Amino acid sequence: MERVKRQKQRKVLLMGRSGAGKSSMRSIIFSNYVAKDVRRLGATVDVEHSNIKFMGNLMLNLWDCGGQDSFVESYLTNQRSHVFTSVAVLIFVFDISSKDGGSDMVSFASTIRALHEFSPQSKIFVLVHKMDLLPVDQKARIFQQRAIHVRATCEDEGFLGQQVDFWATSIWDQSLYRAWTQVIYFLVPNASAIESMLRKLAELLDARELILYERATCLVVTHITRGGEGQNPYTDRFERISSILKTHKHSMARHSGVMAAEVTFAEMQIKMGAFMFFITRLTENTNLAVVMPSDESSFNAARVNVQLARREFAQLDIVEKKGKDSQTTTGARSGLSGTDDMVGNEDGEGSTSSRVGEP
Amino acid sequence: MRTLFSENILSPSPTPVPQRNPFELHFATASSLSHTSSSASTQSSPRQHDLLTQYLQQQQQHDESTRTSYESSSDRGHHVRRKGNPKILFMGLKKSGKSSVQKVVFQKLSPADTLFLEPTTKVEQTSLRTFTTIDTAEIPSHLTLDSSELDHQPLFSNAGAVIWVLDVQDEYLASIAALIETAVFLSEHYPRINFEIFIHKIDGLSEEYKYDTFREVRQRVQDELSDLGHGDRSVSYYQTSIFDHSIFEAMSKVVQKLLPQLPAMETLLNKLCSTCRIQKAYLFDVGSKIYVATDASPTFLRDYEVCSDYIDVIVDIKQIYGWHSREDNEEGGSVASGDSINESTVTLDPSGETYVYAREVDEHLTLLCVMGKGSTIRRRALIDYNVGILQDALLQVFKV
Ligand SMILES: Nc1nc2c(ncn2[C@@H]2O[C@H](COP(=O)(O)OP(=O)(O)OP(=O)(O)O)[C@@H](O)[C@H]2O)c(=O)[nH]1
Ligand SMILES: Nc1nc2c(ncn2[C@@H]2O[C@H](COP(=O)(O)OP(=O)(O)OP(=O)(O)O)[C@@H](O)[C@H]2O)c(=O)[nH]1
Ligand SMILES: [Mg+2]
Ligand SMILES: [Mg+2]
Repeated sequence: MERVKRQKQRKVLLMGRSGAGKSSMRSIIFSNYVAKDVRRLGATVDVEHSNIKFMGNLMLNLWDCGGQDSFVESYLTNQRSHVFTSVAVLIFVFDISSKDGGSDMVSFASTIRALHEFSPQSKIFVLVHKMDLLPVDQKARIFQQRAIHVRATCEDEGFLGQQVDFWATSIWDQSLYRAWTQVIYFLVPNASAIESMLRKLAELLDARELILYERATCLVVTHITRGGEGQNPYTDRFERISSILKTHKHSMARHSGVMAAEVTFAEMQIKMGAFMFFITRLTENTNLAVVMPSDESSFNAARVNVQLARREFAQLDIVEKKGKDSQTTTGARSGLSGTDDMVGNEDGEGSTSSRVGEP
Repeated sequence: MRTLFSENILSPSPTPVPQRNPFELHFATASSLSHTSSSASTQSSPRQHDLLTQYLQQQQQHDESTRTSYESSSDRGHHVRRKGNPKILFMGLKKSGKSSVQKVVFQKLSPADTLFLEPTTKVEQTSLRTFTTIDTAEIPSHLTLDSSELDHQPLFSNAGAVIWVLDVQDEYLASIAALIETAVFLSEHYPRINFEIFIHKIDGLSEEYKYDTFREVRQRVQDELSDLGHGDRSVSYYQTSIFDHSIFEAMSKVVQKLLPQLPAMETLLNKLCSTCRIQKAYLFDVGSKIYVATDASPTFLRDYEVCSDYIDVIVDIKQIYGWHSREDNEEGGSVASGDSINESTVTLDPSGETYVYAREVDEHLTLLCVMGKGSTIRRRALIDYNVGILQDALLQVFKV
């Protein structure tokens, strides 16, 4: 087996009509904008590329494609093969408040037709965006309607069932993190290997929960939940924690007068009568949050053990993906929390469920 | 003469509070913490450790001796008791932001949602139960002081402060005229009430214009009050906006002035800071995120902000992972949550040399300390110990 340090480039297209909110979400997740700052963004001209290094040997190659008609026209014609070749994921953003739903759908259909032509195996994440603009009592119904409609279009173009996921999002709450966490989880090439190592660590520490997240974006890569913590009523806690940590990062940046991107903290500890919690660095790009029963000595031992585990996890960054045999270790995954909010799998071969009918 | 403790602060406890021997306790802690704390004990003289304890003892003796003098002057006693419960009146022209300020600070309304607040049409009183009870009342702008509908006595007689909310995004000369009238009325009839001016909605102004406006308002108010013969009336000015931390900072200062416990708390925090070389210490009311006391070192808004934001993190994480004990509690099990030491830290730089330390004093109050360079983790044993003493002292201060 060759052990070459090689980045796994994954091409992700971010598309949708002009004003749908693509650059807004990219800026919040990847460039440390806060929601109220995005009004300042201008329309994207052509394609803006960004490369984001994640855990494992994953390098996200994000194409934010300006959505004005003239640009889209060009993606579909003279740039067609350039744009749609070797795509891992298409994220298509619909503005739910758009007055022109018909044209949005036509644009979507021609986009995925081109995608099917050049990258038929790619995965589609449909984000139904700006949900905050809908009255609370109508959100579920309108989202569902839209999902049914879009799914029909996908099937017409040859993207079936599990190849398409639906998420309701808004930049004003944690739903944005929820959707992007799924995208990341789908893309991380050695998710099951990471999970089985984390599970071992969790058992060693006797932790209730481990959450591995990426430092720059605060997106949760994966988590391990043990014992009674599976009954934790806060099933949205992972995206909530992303959002809490991101906010905290902004606060630290304001305090020290540096850019949010440069903020790194060495450690956070929270000790309560009911639990103990700490966050520390695990690998170059990730932090680990550990939740434990309230006990001072095992807490201190756990901190040391996580430090010792760093070296092993660092290996993961350079080990090449081992191919299909990693599937056999997915026992870890079925043992995850009962919350079932993990979808996606390596290369999309696994069982992914589509999500129509978000609450 | 103003004394540090009145009868309201320290309860006349029949038995003296048991004092722990600081030496014993310190070394007990040190041994359990193995190598880290031994250096702390060699670094600083043991005498230092019991500074707070001594202080607390002194204060209690002091308190014993002054109590009698208070009892003889019942009049003064009454006054102190009234002041013990801060009551704040909000006044100002219509739409100036009176309801918004109260709702954002005391009821956690999100600032954006204040857009949908209904106009206030009658005197609206609310009472917030937190580390102490804070009463607030909004007087609608159409009820002027000479209006027969406005019954002065129940509103003003036990009020500690009047906050005049002045909207700088509106034409504010009319507001200044009404404000002067109110200030004069208070000087003549209720001179004990603090008069506070919130120069409000400054979020809409540029930096430069903000400052100019602030100066202009202050100048006008002072000039007019002098002209009317009330130039000696003390008035405080604050620049505020519900969209940032400024409103919390201002409310903190207004509330602090009304706490009879303030001098005691400040002295304790000063002692703690100098004993443990803490850069800045705040005592926060977690629910409202106003700080009820701080030490005497210069205050920087950014220190307050980072502490206030950190409280959010702690509260959220505590909610997410504390569900276990809460469910036990509901099932009738008696979880001794008060026994555990609830503390947390977060480093402010990658080296971990500067950090924020938080410790719950009781269910409402949390102590937050900003630790500067040099307060390495080695000092933690010392800090933990002294914070423990401070906590006991504070609980004494608030015991009714
Ligand atoms: N209400 C609401 N507005 C949003 C949300 N996300 C983005 N917006 C607004 O949508 C507008 C357009 O956002 P952009 O991100 O620039 O749109 P875009 O999709 O990148 O547009 P092009 O670059 O022209 O393709 C901005 O003014 C945002 O403030 C959301 O979740 N809710
Ligand atoms: N820009 C800005 N707007 C504010 C601020 N505080 C309040 N407002 C807005 O001012 C408007 C009036 O706020 P209210 O709190 O209802 O004012 P009020 O003084 O209670 O009004 P009445 O009860 O009708 O007399 C609302 O639309 C608030 O959103 C602030 O700090 N900045
Ligand atoms: Mg854009
Ligand atoms: Mg009102």
